Amino acid sequence: MLMGLFNHWVVIALMMIGLYIVIAHGNLIKKIVGLTLFQTSVFIFYISMAKVNGGTAPILADDIIVYSNPLPHVLILTAIVVGIATTALALSLVVRIKETYGSIEEENIQHQDNQAFEQSNSQNGSNAPKGSKQEKQA
Amino acid sequence: MIAHLPGLQVHLPVLQVIVPLMAAPICLFLKRAHLVWLFALITSGLTFVISVLLLQQVLTSGVISYELGGWQAPWGIEYRIDKLNAFVLLIITSISTVVLFAAQTSIEKEIPKSKHTFFYILYLLSLTGMLGIVATGDAFNVFVFLEISSLSAYALIAMGKDRRALWAAYQYLIMGTIGATFILIGIGLMYQMTGTLNMADLSKRLPEVAQTRTVFTAFAFVIVGVCLKLALFPLHLWLPNAYAYAPSIVTTFFAATATKVAIYLLIRFTFTIFGLSFSFTTIPLQTLFMALGLAGIFIASTSAIYQNNIKLLFAYSSIAQIGYMIVGFSISSVTGLTATLLHMFNHALMKSAIFLALGAVMYRLGNVQLSSFHGLGRQMPLTMAAIVIGGLSLIGVPLTVGFVSKWYLLLALLEQGWWPVAVLILLGSVLAVIYVWRLVEVAYFKEPLSDQVPVKEAPMFFIIPIWTLIIANIYFGIDTRLSVEVAQAAAMSLFGVTP
Repeated sequence: MLMGLFNHWVVIALMMIGLYIVIAHGNLIKKIVGLTLFQTSVFIFYISMAKVNGGTAPILADDIIVYSNPLPHVLILTAIVVGIATTALALSLVVRIKETYGSIEEENIQHQDNQAFEQSNSQNGSNAPKGSKQEKQA
Repeated sequence: MIAHLPGLQVHLPVLQVIVPLMAAPICLFLKRAHLVWLFALITSGLTFVISVLLLQQVLTSGVISYELGGWQAPWGIEYRIDKLNAFVLLIITSISTVVLFAAQTSIEKEIPKSKHTFFYILYLLSLTGMLGIVATGDAFNVFVFLEISSLSAYALIAMGKDRRALWAAYQYLIMGTIGATFILIGIGLMYQMTGTLNMADLSKRLPEVAQTRTVFTAFAFVIVGVCLKLALFPLHLWLPNAYAYAPSIVTTFFAATATKVAIYLLIRFTFTIFGLSFSFTTIPLQTLFMALGLAGIFIASTSAIYQNNIKLLFAYSSIAQIGYMIVGFSISSVTGLTATLLHMFNHALMKSAIFLALGAVMYRLGNVQLSSFHGLGRQMPLTMAAIVIGGLSLIGVPLTVGFVSKWYLLLALLEQGWWPVAVLILLGSVLAVIYVWRLVEVAYFKEPLSDQVPVKEAPMFFIIPIWTLIIANIYFGIDTRLSVEVAQAAAMSLFGVTP
């Protein structure tokens, strides 16, 4: 029972590790690594599902009767492409973030954003004379 | 014109998706930005014509089933258009076309010239994705189109000129990918149990295995995934920043359509695929969604009151409006679902009008901070009047579309005898009054600041689409025949009731 579902245990372990990295790590690259792990676990899940006991690769041949189910393989081929596109886009976003924020740490970026947010709010909230605005910036 | 070509008529369901998909790469060959804009506008207009024809066809002759490549339905991919699909397709294509009209003027100020062509390519791809999600009758196809629309959405949002757009796009990417992967897991589990991916086939086979843990798990994954996409409170965290810092055109397009597509998916999965009795009887979805919907209305509306960035304010208001749709959905009666579908249509009209008007303000002023609105009521009368009418519609004042959908929502609640919820809904509208009033007060009752440069009214390319949407807001608020009839028919067919 335990060994029969070996693939599924691996899937769940990978999935949880991936999700944990996405949530717990503040480094944007590590988050992408986690996300990729998470997606890969789902790919393994689909591929395991396609396995038919005693079946071979789904290539038509005369003396073979039992084949693995090819449909999930094809689905995952699509999903892998989607996954690559996502990773590429995420990495390019990180490059741009590094360029403009000078950091790839979530905390750091959030801190910079909060400062900008507070500044724009304080400028708005009171129709303050210009003097006080400059004081804050200084 | 298309209607007169009998050969094409049959292929309308797939043309709906293929036309923008094929048009996207062609943009690369058109050198001049204005030419690309015109081409994208025509493409979007064409999808609008197709969706009108589809709706007509569905209303007269019933469900259309289209076999892609001629492969028979449960094995091949099927595109299936019923009243619900046709209704949502119409919402997406009409808003997309009206919004594109203002696109070139708006992006000239917000996006560097070298990226204009890419903007339209991504826009068309995103449109393709949304139309594909709605048109397809195949569960895995939903995932593929979802990713097409999402990936282009992340890139579009990152085009915003504020650097926070990048960070918002990144956060949206992480959340969106987790959501989509959850849906993928759910679909996989369903396939494992039934051996099929076709939605109609799934709905027949799932009841046989409904009482298994696998199907429960599949349901949970799909629902959480879809709710991430539709920004249901408390899974809404990606939405406000993404909408606030994206280019104005992108915000307008997504605020009006993206969440509607996700709500369509929610309805499709719960009502058609898993079936009404499983979704609402076996699983306590009703209580859960009612509570989350109401919490969303109140918390998001309250957050909206405290925002000084007006785009951010209306982004929070969008989350609150999603709450209304979810409340209508959770009633799980024909009237309740009618209210949800109506509000999808109506909210698309009002939010696109408001965000487009904010785009016009952005065009003239370069920002949408509350302080910039001082005295704007006199300087940009047409734009501000549009925001006010849109705001009234958001509140639900009679003679606007907002009133119609809230009226149906209240009717549905009273039908069930849930008057405390009805009272809460009305209280939620009061919060909307407050946040809309803050803007009106500054724009109409405050003098312009001394250091403020006077501005002119927005260019015609803004005024025409904004007022088209505003007139639609009022028109469908008075003459409700079209919207209510279609929404009601769609709701009835989902419940399996014949009129």
